[in-house]
Amino acid sequence: MPDPEAKPNDSLLVAAIRTGDERAMGELYDRYSGIVYSVALRVLGDTGTAEDVLQEVFMQLWRNPGIFDSSRGNLAPWLAVISRNRAIDALRKRRPETDIEDVVVSVEKDLAGEADRAIAMGKVRSVLSAMPAPQRSALEMAYFEGLTHSEISQKTGEPLGTIKTRIRTGLLALRKAFAT
Amino acid sequence: MTTHPQFEEDLALYAMGVLGEEDRLNLEHHLADCPSCRRELEALRGDSALLALSTGGPRPPQRSRERLMKAIAQEPRRVEARRSRPWWALVPAFAAGLLAVLAGWLLTQNSSLKQQVQVLKNRSLKQQAELQRTREIVSTLTATDAMTVTLVAAKTPPQPQGKVMYMKDRGGLIFLASNLPPVPSQKAYELWLIPVQGAPMPAGVFKPDTHGSATVLNPPLTPGVEAKAFAITVEPEAGSATPTMPIVMVGGE
Repeated sequence: MPDPEAKPNDSLLVAAIRTGDERAMGELYDRYSGIVYSVALRVLGDTGTAEDVLQEVFMQLWRNPGIFDSSRGNLAPWLAVISRNRAIDALRKRRPETDIEDVVVSVEKDLAGEADRAIAMGKVRSVLSAMPAPQRSALEMAYFEGLTHSEISQKTGEPLGTIKTRIRTGLLALRKAFAT
Repeated sequence: MTTHPQFEEDLALYAMGVLGEEDRLNLEHHLADCPSCRRELEALRGDSALLALSTGGPRPPQRSRERLMKAIAQEPRRVEARRSRPWWALVPAFAAGLLAVLAGWLLTQNSSLKQQVQVLKNRSLKQQAELQRTREIVSTLTATDAMTVTLVAAKTPPQPQGKVMYMKDRGGLIFLASNLPPVPSQKAYELWLIPVQGAPMPAGVFKPDTHGSATVLNPPLTPGVEAKAFAITVEPEAGSATPTMPIVMVGGE
């Protein structure tokens, strides 16, 4: 297991990208391509399109590294959110709805190290599996399928208000798990 | 963190980009003015990002890395590109720079011209005011219906009087007379400038009105002539080149 302490941190790598350092880009790719690709693949279920999303996300970072504001969160969750959003856009065959510049992701925990992310993954899976199935299902349909609460309501036959509440309390359960 | 309860659930959906159109517009309107709800939105995005972390799966194929590295090599950043660019690639940048300089120069010129226009405008306004004041003075001095009164010592019958204002440098002259006796028909008074050296010079032909008042304004005189005195004679209506004696009025410094 590589020691994250021995490697340059994300901010240094992003700063190097600003100067056109291709090796820094390669380093960031090696660090985060797994999470970016797996999110896209989970949403799209198709390796070819997931690879396109992977390419697009990193090219955006290369073209405009200034869009990532390290003071507002760390790179792993930011890339994960960008990847998920672009994958949903691809799934729904629509133009990107959100400018990358607009996305601010606030995650306190440092997820730069692979070990940290593996631990976080285990924790998230544990919270999800502890949720009532309808709640987990509502959360996953919203996040990985990009369905609105109305669409989820139509699909499951449950009231709109219930779906909204389940989604919010589901997200708060994840937050709580990482706050302790 | 104090958020607004009525927006809490919509915020969670919005963080995932799955809020319906109408609710989304309402919420965005509220978010524009509510920093605490904006902070909660960022936190909810962070929470939803944790969902992304649950997606462990296969790593992307090696060809993806090669594809990316090839793409970024073909799309060099400005810093490196500047070193390897041929000179002609700089032409647009040079032209843009030149345009910027030109625009800056024009802006400065424009500003300078505006200032000049303002100065001229102020000067013109001042001159107009002066002209108006002069017109008023002259119109009072020369008006035929103006009341003209000459004050003399009490119990002294009114005497003919004349007053000359003469500006040597530009040959300007104003003559005002009062209590002049009428002139015979086909005759007129003529004003003479008597220079320090040389013969008297004609300075205007005039006839007094019924009250004995008369005015001469800026007769044609050569600028720069030093005057020793001014005199008045009676001449034919058309005026004379030399004075005909006797002198009826005279005055000097």
